[in-house]
Amino acid sequence: MTSTRRSRIVLVGNPNSGKSSLFNFLTGLNQKIGNFPGVTVDKRAGSTSLPDGTVAEVVDLPGIYSIYPRSLDERIVAEVLLDHHSPAAPDKVVIIVDGSNLKRGLLLATQVIDLGVPAIVAMNMMDLASKAGISYDFKKLSERLGVPVLGINARKGIGLEDLKKQLISKNGAAPIKQVFAMPQEAVAPVAELRGQLGVDNDYEAYQFLEQPNSLTFLSNERSGAVEVIRKRHGFFPGKFQGAETINRYSYIQQLLDEVVIKPSNESWRDRSRMLDRILLHKVWGYVIFFGILLLIFQSIFAWATVLQDFIDATFAEISSWLGNNLPAGTLTDLLSEGIIPGIGGIVIFVPQIAILFAFISMLEESGYMARVVFLMDKIMRKFGLNGKSVVPLISGVACAIPAVMATRTIDNWKERITTILVTPLMSCSARLPVFTILIALVVPEKTVLGVFNLQGLALMGLYLLGFGAALISALVVSWLIRVKERSYLIMELPMYRVPKWSNVGYTIVEKTRTFVWEAGKVILAISIVLWVLASYGPGDEMARAEEAVLDQNANARLTEQGLADRVEAYKLEHSYAGIIGKSIEPLIKPLGYDWKIGIALITSFAAREVFVGTIATIYSIGSVDEDDSGTIKERLREEVNPETGGPRFTPAVGFSLLVFYTFAMQCMSTLAVVYRETKGWKWPMIQLGYMTTLAYLSALFVYQIMS
Amino acid sequence: MSQTVAQMRPGEIAVISGFSDDELSVKLMEMGCLPGGSIRFNFAAPFGDPVCVSVAGYDLSLRLEEAASISILN
Repeated sequence: MTSTRRSRIVLVGNPNSGKSSLFNFLTGLNQKIGNFPGVTVDKRAGSTSLPDGTVAEVVDLPGIYSIYPRSLDERIVAEVLLDHHSPAAPDKVVIIVDGSNLKRGLLLATQVIDLGVPAIVAMNMMDLASKAGISYDFKKLSERLGVPVLGINARKGIGLEDLKKQLISKNGAAPIKQVFAMPQEAVAPVAELRGQLGVDNDYEAYQFLEQPNSLTFLSNERSGAVEVIRKRHGFFPGKFQGAETINRYSYIQQLLDEVVIKPSNESWRDRSRMLDRILLHKVWGYVIFFGILLLIFQSIFAWATVLQDFIDATFAEISSWLGNNLPAGTLTDLLSEGIIPGIGGIVIFVPQIAILFAFISMLEESGYMARVVFLMDKIMRKFGLNGKSVVPLISGVACAIPAVMATRTIDNWKERITTILVTPLMSCSARLPVFTILIALVVPEKTVLGVFNLQGLALMGLYLLGFGAALISALVVSWLIRVKERSYLIMELPMYRVPKWSNVGYTIVEKTRTFVWEAGKVILAISIVLWVLASYGPGDEMARAEEAVLDQNANARLTEQGLADRVEAYKLEHSYAGIIGKSIEPLIKPLGYDWKIGIALITSFAAREVFVGTIATIYSIGSVDEDDSGTIKERLREEVNPETGGPRFTPAVGFSLLVFYTFAMQCMSTLAVVYRETKGWKWPMIQLGYMTTLAYLSALFVYQIMS
Repeated sequence: MSQTVAQMRPGEIAVISGFSDDELSVKLMEMGCLPGGSIRFNFAAPFGDPVCVSVAGYDLSLRLEEAASISILN
């Protein structure tokens, strides 16, 4: 019988063990991010070709230290490994252990091997191990563990051919040895489980008893049966976990005594320790951290904008070319005024997201991110957060969506909810286009103190404002949520390493792709809806536009251009968008906004960056000028406030808008992610409510003070 | 009164004798802090908390209260 089913390989290992490098090496760019069924944990999957000519699916599981999960993310590993009868059950499990830190890696390895899955141990970072003067007797280790053991270097791709050969070999499919010593109290329930439910391995059955929350793959009937057995025998999950860990480690110690050929020499760690002395210094540590943040902002502002201007200009050209060369009609209008600018509005973010994730991924790869947690934990705890909240908060600077998803590493529920609630206050990259345009309008381009660009400083000020608001809100939230739950930080400080650049590249591609497809859909849809709203209106007002304008201006002598302008303005005023904008005008007038800005506020509720697109659309429709394809900025500067005769965008209006966009929860995608992450509408609604209120009141304050 | 890791000074090495917190002990042991194993206090964060220790051949960061739950012999 020939089966066309692709074989499935899963990668399991400690965080920082080189799992991602191995995954990237095996799959190259054949990766996709999906979801594990029923949960929201990201599933990194890809394909690799094997020496026998077949193609296998490779799944990268979240990094864990033990089969006993500490967080939602980690639970998925237990579920995948315990679900032996699923059609998605792995054909091979590759356990990656860090050769320079074998002891801890073997704890997880022996647990996975005991589950009776077809495992291979890949010992990574052999370069570091040899630097430390350690070498291992692989043959003996393999004999003692009962599974193949091989050395690899996932950074350089050494040993992958041997690994692939092992992946297709049929022998040693399931290990026979067990390290696990069954506690007396578990013998009877395990036997019963194996008999009644057909669980095929002692340790697997034992895990069924130990992990009632990791059995979502079982039918209700079967998990009910597990519950009955657990109750009948009075088995308490967690009771023997400590003893099991001690047993395993004593076995591992004996094993290491046999297989380690040369003992380790710790001097190679000195360089890392030296770096820590500077990077974790009570003054320099924070100066350097702050400097890195400043560098990130400067590079986004200086480098990304060059590319963005190019993208902006290119899409404008495509639009006008299509408008001029396709037969006139609704479809051409939709394409050149709705769809093409809409796609441009997505692509324009790619440079920012790419640069930001390049930095974040370098910080993670180098081991510095863990130091950030170490430096910030004490401070963050004062605000009801966790050192681990720093990573989502910093990621929130790129986009709140992956940042909210990154909070899964926080085990403590209350700290996690708090982090989720305040993360969208961090200024994400979608706010950048809004900030960039408004800052360019109201902040003069000057250099102060010789090196600082005043506009750059204003931008940084807004980031700090968002950050400050996030911390204060966190304090309020953690004061309001009263739950007694233990919070802890037991975290590895990995050695400093030079980032592996291809991993940085993969991260950039992955994040950009996710943004373009996930957020892009919303942005494109909104752009098209917006175009329709701005181009059509109720009744026959739109058709009568020219007539009405001529009536109104019967005595004025209008040029052809002037007439066309007024017709377009009339049309927009009477379109659906104009009607909505006008109806909220009384509400936003105290903030200094008119109905045109009102329209932008409404449409950018879906996604902040739509503000720029809307403003562009509204003003280009409102003052159509065939010869001048001037930038949005210039158009905004020309816009006159009919009440004052002065410019529409005064500093007061500009700053009021800046503050509004710093605080407002203007992103449907984030709300959707929060809904997914918190499993209900309660938290996203609270978040929307408090952020909108904060934004409105702050913008009101700023406008009233400044005007 | 027994000493804990929280009272150690940078550079000191001690032997872990036990844990005063059951819930934390499971996690600490998984990470390689084992009774009878050695633990080295490397340094503390700028505000004295968290702290960095070496166990089982690698560096681990712990909050002061977590370090205080590890008792040592010396």
